[in-house]
Amino acid sequence: MGEPTAQEAADLPAAIMPAVAPVLPSFVRVLRVRKDTHDTWTIWLERPDGYPDHRAGQFNMLYAPGVGEVPISIASSARESRTRIAHTIRRVGAVTRRLTSLRRGETIGLRGPYGSAWPVAESQGADVVVVAGGLGLAPLRPAIVELLARRKRYGALALLYGARTPADLLYTAELGKWRSVLDFQLLVTVDRADRSWHGHIGVVTTLIPAVTFDPQNTVALVCGPEIMMRFAVRDLLDRGVPARRIYVSLERNLQCAVGFCGHCQLGPKFICADGPVFAFDEIAPYFSVREL
Amino acid sequence: MAGTVYVLPKERFQELLDRLKADGYQVVGPVLRDGAIVYDDLHSVDQIPRGWVDQQEPGRYQLVHDRSQRWFTFTPGPLSLKRFLFPPSLSLFRVRRNGDGVQLQVTMPEPPRYAFVGVRACDLAAVAVQDRVYIDRQGLFSDGYYAAARRKALFIAVECQSYAATCFCSSMGTGPEVNHTADVVLLELEDRFVAQPRSERGAAVLTPLALEQATDEELQRAKHYVRQAAADMERQVDLTDIRDLLLRNLENPRWDQVATRCIACANCTMVCPTCFCFSFQEVTDLTGNEAERRRVVDSCFNPEFSYAFGVEVRQSVASRYRQWLTHKFATWYDQFGVSGCVGCGRCITWCPAGIDVTEELSAIRASDGSRKEQL
Ligand SMILES: Cc1cc2nc3c(=O)[nH]c(=O)nc-3n(C[C@H](O)[C@H](O)[C@H](O)COP(=O)(O)OP(=O)(O)OC[C@H]3O[C@@H](n4cnc5c(N)ncnc54)[C@H](O)[C@@H]3O)c2cc1C
Ligand code: SF4
Ligand code: SF4
Repeated sequence: MGEPTAQEAADLPAAIMPAVAPVLPSFVRVLRVRKDTHDTWTIWLERPDGYPDHRAGQFNMLYAPGVGEVPISIASSARESRTRIAHTIRRVGAVTRRLTSLRRGETIGLRGPYGSAWPVAESQGADVVVVAGGLGLAPLRPAIVELLARRKRYGALALLYGARTPADLLYTAELGKWRSVLDFQLLVTVDRADRSWHGHIGVVTTLIPAVTFDPQNTVALVCGPEIMMRFAVRDLLDRGVPARRIYVSLERNLQCAVGFCGHCQLGPKFICADGPVFAFDEIAPYFSVREL
Repeated sequence: MAGTVYVLPKERFQELLDRLKADGYQVVGPVLRDGAIVYDDLHSVDQIPRGWVDQQEPGRYQLVHDRSQRWFTFTPGPLSLKRFLFPPSLSLFRVRRNGDGVQLQVTMPEPPRYAFVGVRACDLAAVAVQDRVYIDRQGLFSDGYYAAARRKALFIAVECQSYAATCFCSSMGTGPEVNHTADVVLLELEDRFVAQPRSERGAAVLTPLALEQATDEELQRAKHYVRQAAADMERQVDLTDIRDLLLRNLENPRWDQVATRCIACANCTMVCPTCFCFSFQEVTDLTGNEAERRRVVDSCFNPEFSYAFGVEVRQSVASRYRQWLTHKFATWYDQFGVSGCVGCGRCITWCPAGIDVTEELSAIRASDGSRKEQL
């Protein structure tokens, strides 16, 4: 009753494509490698045949044969190039070690794009506050590129970016360029400074009081370590930004990227398929439960 | 088709098995192995554990012989159809390094054409749940192996006329009557089965046997035993509001209580016919030039199953048990529109600590709203 019978199941739609297709990577060339910091690299990969235009905030699965496969956010916008895709990768374990050791011309497996996106087009007419902690700037970068490309369509725009130390700052050349964009509030902070640093010191959330925006008409995009996101969300809520207009990008280990291996569940959500970008009100009841 | 019901005399059961074989099916059914009834290759009626009764209790499984004429007086053992449709370890592809490039070869095998014989209502309800997980996902990933195996499979079910102390299918609405998926449903009488074809494919299997039609009296008598079993089944889960009940009790102290008994062995997830979590495994040869990618079964009871920013998310056993139980009985509804539990009772029997899901759910219901902090 309501359930597919054996016969109906036999006729279920295009379910039965080449059996292994959904987890099969395309193999693509590394076009360029740039060392960003002592532990982080950006690599540009050729875009595979048939790869759709991704949206800001989505991720790919990068596969190093013999080592493994990991989710990595797409750090470039489809507006910038339709022939190559950038990923900014921090070396933390076996797979990211291999990915950050790649040389130009080598081949790597890629499948994607996966997941939900930042509401860039949807936020036209609103103020947009972007809060990035550490590597969290990477998935936000394409959103910033797209916001700036259509600057006139938005109200106030702000990027608040925090890194551990000045040496951990990503995209320093680009930050310099963004600094000179009119009508764009760019505030950068570090947790711990050295003598060369003349800027703000403190966690990124301490910057929130310094920016001007209309809370009721603001969309906030937040990405960084979970603890930083918790505080950023709390402060944005305190400022009066509605929970449904605060977007966060969550991270959990995941394997299949298509809502099925089970690893990335948070309550009813599969972070890979329902997320990684969520409106905060969707996940609020689960986000606050320890060890969920 | 629903109309015609046949009689399959027991002495002709072998013919049915032979017929399936001749039609190219790999026949799988209940057989006795290592002191338990499991699903495995079934060539002969002599392999069916006729007259054996399984005594199942929390943490306990035992077979005793009973002298009745009945063939299917046992209920499902530790293995479910998951093992065949969603194998615990499956090769996906192989990659060979080739200069600066790579060569990829798909290694996923073609699934056999299975005929599952003597499977029960809960087994088939689990397949219906799996269909939603693996196939019917509105554009999301479908598991190609499962989908292909499922599409080819034939299901010849037997309706249970007895039940184990761990069974609670009747309260889950999944049994003992077969409502899902079956191609043929068999109902047992003393010396014969009443055989109901439920699909074209099922009718096609029965037709060549030129069976006589069953009388309504035979059908009703056989059905009576099934209904009796349903009515007598004592173990129950109260499904009222179950999703919300669990989700508003994420901080209930009961999770800590069950964690004092649970040893996080993952047996429950292994025997559960609907648990689907898996991992990929990368197998390399000694030269490092060739790698094989496999899909292997995993469990939310493994501490490293979930981590973020290099830290395990569910460090306490309480949080892992909570993940398991709330997935089965709450968030499964959000994800797949049905319960993740079909009431087979396997997780109760095969838990070395004898932890009983039905009891845990009742305990949560009884302490609805209490929170850890209050203790
Ligand atoms: C949707 C999504 C997007 C992501 N985007 C990016 C991205 O753009 N760039 C990027 O570099 N990473 C990103 N990650 C994280 C990345 O997937 C993991 O860092 C990666 O899987 C680690 O794999 P590994 O084999 O190198 O390390 P593992 O072998 O998995 O871990 C090795 C060691 O590193 C530690 N570790 C693992 N992950 C992290 C972590 N995230 N932070 C700190 N320590 C860790 C562990 O404690 C472990 O001891 C993303 C994750 C998700 C879910
Ligand atoms: S949760 Fe337990 S009773 Fe329910 S289907 Fe799984 S093994 Fe069977
Ligand atoms: S509930 Fe029982 S079977 Fe499941 S992990 Fe705990 S001890 Fe093992």
